[in-house]
Amino acid sequence: MLKQLECSRAIAEVIARCRPEVVCAYPITPQTHIVEGLSELVRDGTLAPCEYINVESETSALSVALGASAAGARAYTATASQGLLHMAEVVYNVSGLGLPVVMTLGNRAVGAPINIWNDHSDAMALKDAGWIQLFARDAQEAVDLHVLAFRLAEELSCPVMVCVDGFVLTHSVEPLDVPAQDDVDAFLPPYRPVQVLDPTDPVSIGAMVGPEAFTEVRYLAHHKQLQALERIPQLAADFRARFGRDSGALLHGYRTGDADTIVVAMGSVTGTIEVAIDELRDAGLAVGAVALCAFRPFPLAALAGALGGAQRVVVVERNLAPGLGGAMASNVRMALRGQPIPVYTAIAGLGGRPVTRASLRRLIEAAHADAVDDLTFVDLDNDAIDRELARWDERRRSGPSAENMLRDARRAR
Amino acid sequence: MLEIRIHGRGGQGVVTAAELLSFAAFREGQYAQAFPSFGSERMGAPVVSFCRLDHEPIRLREPITAPDVVVVQDPTLLQSLDVFAGLHDDGWVLVNSSRGFADLGLAEWVERFPRGHARCVPATEIARAHLGRPLPSAALLGGFAGLTGAVALDSLRAAIRERFAGDVGERNAAAAAATFALTRPEPARC
Repeated sequence: MLKQLECSRAIAEVIARCRPEVVCAYPITPQTHIVEGLSELVRDGTLAPCEYINVESETSALSVALGASAAGARAYTATASQGLLHMAEVVYNVSGLGLPVVMTLGNRAVGAPINIWNDHSDAMALKDAGWIQLFARDAQEAVDLHVLAFRLAEELSCPVMVCVDGFVLTHSVEPLDVPAQDDVDAFLPPYRPVQVLDPTDPVSIGAMVGPEAFTEVRYLAHHKQLQALERIPQLAADFRARFGRDSGALLHGYRTGDADTIVVAMGSVTGTIEVAIDELRDAGLAVGAVALCAFRPFPLAALAGALGGAQRVVVVERNLAPGLGGAMASNVRMALRGQPIPVYTAIAGLGGRPVTRASLRRLIEAAHADAVDDLTFVDLDNDAIDRELARWDERRRSGPSAENMLRDARRAR
Repeated sequence: MLEIRIHGRGGQGVVTAAELLSFAAFREGQYAQAFPSFGSERMGAPVVSFCRLDHEPIRLREPITAPDVVVVQDPTLLQSLDVFAGLHDDGWVLVNSSRGFADLGLAEWVERFPRGHARCVPATEIARAHLGRPLPSAALLGGFAGLTGAVALDSLRAAIRERFAGDVGERNAAAAAATFALTRPEPARC
């Protein structure tokens, strides 16, 4: 049943219906109010039995989830931005130990400069930590992916990070369907761990592994990701059969069939891209779009298939890999290896800058005419950069760049 | 699609106003998307919220830069911000002010809008009378409903009561109804 809900609230409700037995939270900025919602649901008895554990740092939040999972509990936490980086060591431990923790990442930029707004820098920083990473294209998918994530994580004994664009999705109030308890129970069986810390049947978890077996243990992390490539489409089909909508996939294609130019993106920018694609189609341009849902595992074959007929690809990404371009585009190029078509990288929406339909239209039109650089920054204020570069040239002690550029921006206003 | 932008200051319920509007529209079977101008909110700092209403699912996720409706909760913003930026000439303007557009220096500017599309309403005074506090959101939403007809007063009142239980809900609903009555019967431009 559709209800008008804030996405974060709806995620809290669906998490509760997934019956986690341990929820860990370090609820300070940067954080979404998902864990706040969950604390209410635990307190009022809606989510029971569940141990809600307030901890003293992000490292502790994920460490407690790790311990809970190792003890056989379904464990959940949420974080964002610097919070994810703070817990980075544990992020690797959870996947390295093969523990099926599910964590929401309310995607936000990583400082400095300090910034609390949306982009994908946080997810990209830990893209290779061995977690499955699923990106929600809209608020409904953000809700639904969590149900799918618990099932996928527990089947493979591999953690899943559900990436939900901070603010743009987490703070949006719109009609959302929170999957019903009966349906969630039918879709998501109780957790049956492959390893468990049990005093009646003692094992140790987390042995030191030397060169004799490290590669092989690590290989298993890759193997699980390959298994996920197979399982994600199957689980999405199961989800569709039970819940009646398309949520979760390796990727979602939009008007790609006869498209000469295809835009590849992830997350909340998908809807705006689709509107831009419709407008450009009306103007006679053969353009389409692909929204990646799975970023890890990266769907090389599925993406190569979806991009098959295109003459060029534009990757719109909310992260910057300084010294290279974009983390996503280099992955997309891997899917197109052997095909001599251009893959343009467009960096957009960093630190919460809106990615507008108008800018997307301009970008796609230019790319369609092969009139963009390999690497382009959408809506970049070149004058602001030139002024700062001039200050660098002018004198050694040019001062802090962020402050200089903010001062310029204020003056311009 | 109707795109609404609400300007006010932190603490005035700007974000809540957009959400309430979306709840009211949802009750009528409309698709509604409400979201704040994201940032670290401080009491008194300029705040913007957005609401889109449509009869089909809404895919756009950009801030509203070319609104159909601008609601100004605090007229002191007029001096420091271009709150009307991008507003369509056939759009609607609702300003919280017990004075008229002439006093605000906008008499000539509002001439561009169709008759009955631009109104000042004393929402703060109405809020004081009904709530005992100068929180103009609900009163302005009543004015929005009266001015544009985009949502029914009953849906709005139901949304307000759902969000605020008991007496607070009733008082806010009454404030909305009072402003609705002011804006409803096509009065002369203030």
